[in-house]
Amino acid sequence: MKRLSLLLCGLACLGAQPVLADNGRLIATGGASSLEGPAGGGITPWAVLTGYGEQNEWSATAFATTVNLPDYRLDVAGVAASYDNRVEVSFARQRFDLGSLVSKLSLPEDHLGQDILGLKVRLFGDVIYDRLPQVSMGLEYKHQTNFDIPQLVGAKRDQDVEGYLTASRLFMGAAFGYNLLINGGVRYSRANELGLMGFGGDRRDTRSLLKEGSVAVLFNPRWAMGVEYRQKPDNLSFSGESDWADLFIGYFPNKHVSFVLAYAKLGEIATLDNQNGTYLSVQGSF
Amino acid sequence: MRGLKLLLVVLLLAGCAQQPPKDDSLYRDLGERAGITRIVEGMLLNIAHDPRIVERFRKIDIQRLRDKLVEQFCVEAGGPCVYTGDTMAESHKGQNVSRSDFNALVEDLIAAMDAQGIPVPVQNRLIARLAPMRGEVIQH
Repeated sequence: MKRLSLLLCGLACLGAQPVLADNGRLIATGGASSLEGPAGGGITPWAVLTGYGEQNEWSATAFATTVNLPDYRLDVAGVAASYDNRVEVSFARQRFDLGSLVSKLSLPEDHLGQDILGLKVRLFGDVIYDRLPQVSMGLEYKHQTNFDIPQLVGAKRDQDVEGYLTASRLFMGAAFGYNLLINGGVRYSRANELGLMGFGGDRRDTRSLLKEGSVAVLFNPRWAMGVEYRQKPDNLSFSGESDWADLFIGYFPNKHVSFVLAYAKLGEIATLDNQNGTYLSVQGSF
Repeated sequence: MRGLKLLLVVLLLAGCAQQPPKDDSLYRDLGERAGITRIVEGMLLNIAHDPRIVERFRKIDIQRLRDKLVEQFCVEAGGPCVYTGDTMAESHKGQNVSRSDFNALVEDLIAAMDAQGIPVPVQNRLIARLAPMRGEVIQH
């Protein structure tokens, strides 16, 4: 009996604290989940860390993203956690369906896959407060999981590590009274199509310094609209690789769920041009 | 030459007397003193229902806090008020206010301004005036 009441109390106490993680940061300051797993926009990471944990607080997120293109489809799912608003680890699994290209080129597989393990550390600054913008450094270990096709077209390796440095800052009232979020960064990478087509190639096998960035207007703390850009390398001679861009709308109804809808302009991917389509992402924060 | 000197002095004096009028547009957009009082009272009510930070306000003279906050917001908004309270560093000394506590208060303030129908650009202007105070408020 005593044990039962203890159990009941335990359940009740748990019930009184339905939220596992703390939510010390302001809404939307954890960003969404980018295609490679780190907190960010859609196609680029931001300097913010995932979730809403502040000093001495934990936070965890899970996300799913789908990008529907005329000839392809990219699905991503992943998880991320941050501690102390200082360090973030993330994992993402990508699956890129090759669609019509499979029969056209009689390819041995119908999709490309990649796993990405990410680490991001906030070096200094804050996205809203203090004098300096928030600046973070990240590392990504990427593993292309079915290398036959990338190897066939000249990719040199199926795994690689790349780094990025990124800064984020909210400028209050800078967009006709509305808050403006600006992110900019550089990446040191030789990943072909994020790494889905392997790393390095016949044209170039060394890492390139690539620019990426985004600008977003916050109509209120819950709604954001913006554009993103990501420079990409061009290592394989069999096909051109386009820089990516998108126009997105983010909706953060509360600190537990968020949505991003975008029009993504991905250009030429594996010989097929005009791969522009819709990007939809949902994130849960715990 | 003497005339020129005199002219210069007159001009300088005039310059002192005619300080550019203080920009009180934010003060007016917030509804002047009455509007600011409603915002502050709304924020304090939100705090009273906010389990994250309500404990921090238990032993505080809420009446006085309200009056000082109204003065402070009024001054920051460019209104014709004088702030008679302590500095932010003094009033928060030893309280170990965390970054999360500070953000919780910001959220309670935003909710109060939303309830008063204050447009987002006006809210942003007030928050932009208050945000730099975080350094003096939180523990380091």
